[in-house]
Amino acid sequence: MKLNELKIGEKAFITGFSDEVRSIQLMEMGCIPGEVIHLISRAPLGDPLAVMVSGYKLSIRKSEAVNIQVKPMSSENISIPA
Amino acid sequence: MVATEVRKIALVGNPNSGKTSLFNALTGLRQKVANYPGVTVDVKKGTAKHNGQSYNIIDLPGTYSIYPKTDDERIVYDVLLNQDHPDHPDGVIVVADGSNLKRNLLFCSQIIDLGIPVIIALTMHDILEKEDVKLDVNALSEKMGVPVIPINPRKLTGVDELKSNLEKEFKNRPEPIYQSVPLDPNYLVEGRKLFPGATDYQLMLYATGADNENGLPQDAKDKIQALNKKYGINFSALQGKETLDRYRIIDDIIKSSIDDSRRKPQQTTEKLDRILTHRVSGPIILIAVLFVIFQSVFALAEYPMMWVESGTAFVSEFLRGNLPGGWATNLLVEGLVAGLGGIIVFIPQIAILFGFLTILEDTGYMSRISYITDRVMKSVGLSGKSVIPMMSGLACAIPAIMATRSIENWRNRLVTILVTPFMTCAARLPVYALLISVGIPNIKYFGFINLQGIVLLVMYLLGIAMSMFIAFVLKYFIKVRNNSIYVMELPIYRAPRWRNVLVTMYERSKIFVVEAGKVIMIISVILWLLASYGPADIGLANAGSEPAPTTEMTETTGASKELKSSFAGYLGRAIEPVIAPIGFDWKMGIAVITSFAAREVFVGTMATIYSVDATDENFQSVRQAMMNDMDDSGNKVYSLATVLSLLVFYAFAMQCMSTLAVVKRETKTWKWPIVQFIYMTAIAYVASFATFQLFSL
Repeated sequence: MKLNELKIGEKAFITGFSDEVRSIQLMEMGCIPGEVIHLISRAPLGDPLAVMVSGYKLSIRKSEAVNIQVKPMSSENISIPA
Repeated sequence: MVATEVRKIALVGNPNSGKTSLFNALTGLRQKVANYPGVTVDVKKGTAKHNGQSYNIIDLPGTYSIYPKTDDERIVYDVLLNQDHPDHPDGVIVVADGSNLKRNLLFCSQIIDLGIPVIIALTMHDILEKEDVKLDVNALSEKMGVPVIPINPRKLTGVDELKSNLEKEFKNRPEPIYQSVPLDPNYLVEGRKLFPGATDYQLMLYATGADNENGLPQDAKDKIQALNKKYGINFSALQGKETLDRYRIIDDIIKSSIDDSRRKPQQTTEKLDRILTHRVSGPIILIAVLFVIFQSVFALAEYPMMWVESGTAFVSEFLRGNLPGGWATNLLVEGLVAGLGGIIVFIPQIAILFGFLTILEDTGYMSRISYITDRVMKSVGLSGKSVIPMMSGLACAIPAIMATRSIENWRNRLVTILVTPFMTCAARLPVYALLISVGIPNIKYFGFINLQGIVLLVMYLLGIAMSMFIAFVLKYFIKVRNNSIYVMELPIYRAPRWRNVLVTMYERSKIFVVEAGKVIMIISVILWLLASYGPADIGLANAGSEPAPTTEMTETTGASKELKSSFAGYLGRAIEPVIAPIGFDWKMGIAVITSFAAREVFVGTMATIYSVDATDENFQSVRQAMMNDMDDSGNKVYSLATVLSLLVFYAFAMQCMSTLAVVKRETKTWKWPIVQFIYMTAIAYVASFATFQLFSL
């Protein structure tokens, strides 16, 4: 599943990347495979996404988010009204 | 291990980690901006003293990793990797944000692996305490192999301990953290022949950086490239593996030093963001914030402006009354004092604007502005990263254009550079304020909304709109080449550092006065010469007669006649046919010409023209003079149509030599500044024409 497909409030594990060059930059910013990534909100026009990962809050464009592969955490899917 | 004598220290760390606060705490007032040409962030150098020992400290740009993505980050790479670099340090202090250790330790571990002595300065541990997380500093220090000293630069705790550690604890060559660099061992052997004494990681950095400009001599780079070819090095694969490996090591280190089993994360930032980045309330609040800023700039500055105006008048009177008459006094009063007064009067507005911008950045709200506007920027082919440089253009295009260095994408960077000068910069403020107070009536709606303030707001919006429009147009002229990511950090909200705000307000005003001031002074003097002497004075034809003044009215017109027969008058009249269709007369013609050096010169020019105009008895302030100016048929020179046309012209014309110089430096060619000059002036003329004709109906 891709990062941008998460629902607001959903948490997931990062499993990998589909673009090698971008993956390094994403990892340097804290998006590390195995880490929990939490979709906090979307910007007023739907793009970019605000996520919480490795203790940081990052703004990621939808076009970048499609490169991040995630696996939703099974039990705790909290939906916060957008 | 022998402690090396430490003289030069570099300060590095992630952005937002408290590095600058530590630098200020260590160096106090003994700091200056280093000469790194063309860099956006101020690379500061300073001295720290402890126990009779002096240390030179350089504050390098904040970065997440030693691998540079921007020109600023390249400085860190160059200074630390290249032992021959003049600023290459004897030791490094890595500032690490303790509340988010994992990512900060990535960078720490890279620096340690360079083989330079390291001390880790740990900040933000007050946040850790608030969140009930226990960090064992000694365990961390042991695992990292270097001293870890908790500090709070704002309260100055730990800084003394840090200073006393500078001597003792800087040991030679810390143990590398990342032991198994993913390079063929034979590569390492051959590499060490080229660079004896280099650590494994240094060799790896040389390998991955060989294709870029990294300050190494060309023959060294060639040899590395040959080695790379021989061993089939794939940079991104290497970097990727390194990053993952490092995080694994760091995970272990953190597990054994931190107990966050009872962590209670801070809620404040989240709660604020829920409102500030909300789909509806977010943009509304953003617009409200901008509105408050612009109304404040105009209204709050009113009183200081009046004081400066009367102060200037007072000084002029005093000098006239006490100095002997003659050309030197005239030069002083009419050229220098008048010109200078016209500039100083706008310091309040500039200071207030910069104050607000600093507050926005310090609190963290600036990045939310980028976040909210990113989608809109994307539609004109830019990203949220262009918002901050463009917003800085609202203060001054020069640092704004330099700030574009943080935009990794060259195409976006170029476009941002080209459109930023349309943003209403502080230099236009004096011009707008003067013209608005002359030509727009001072009416209040509903008791508090000022018509003049509204017009100012409209002028600001006009600049912003034009820059967006041109960016959009350039989408089709300068194609996109996508390569780096648009990920941005949204830091936690913080109270602004008020001392920082005040220092910035002072420094920026100073820069404006000193740097613009130089140009203005020279031009004021030249102008005074041009306006006081004419062809008649050097024996050319058409000697202008000097009518004896009888009444007040005639006095002014008499002096005005004198002006018309000066060099300036001839020049202004020469271009009159070109500028008449846009509603300008010859005086404005002169001002427009001199403004091509710097916009705010317009004010100084007007001051000089009108005070040269007035006789000894009456010193009129510029505003009054302009409002009273009549043309030969008795109509107000500064009619609504003319004032609006002037406003529009100054909104769009390229009238700043310093901007062109910076654009040339950043784009490394004269092509773009010339292109910029031509299209901006063309747009200004067309827009002025339309405005004037429209409002003359």
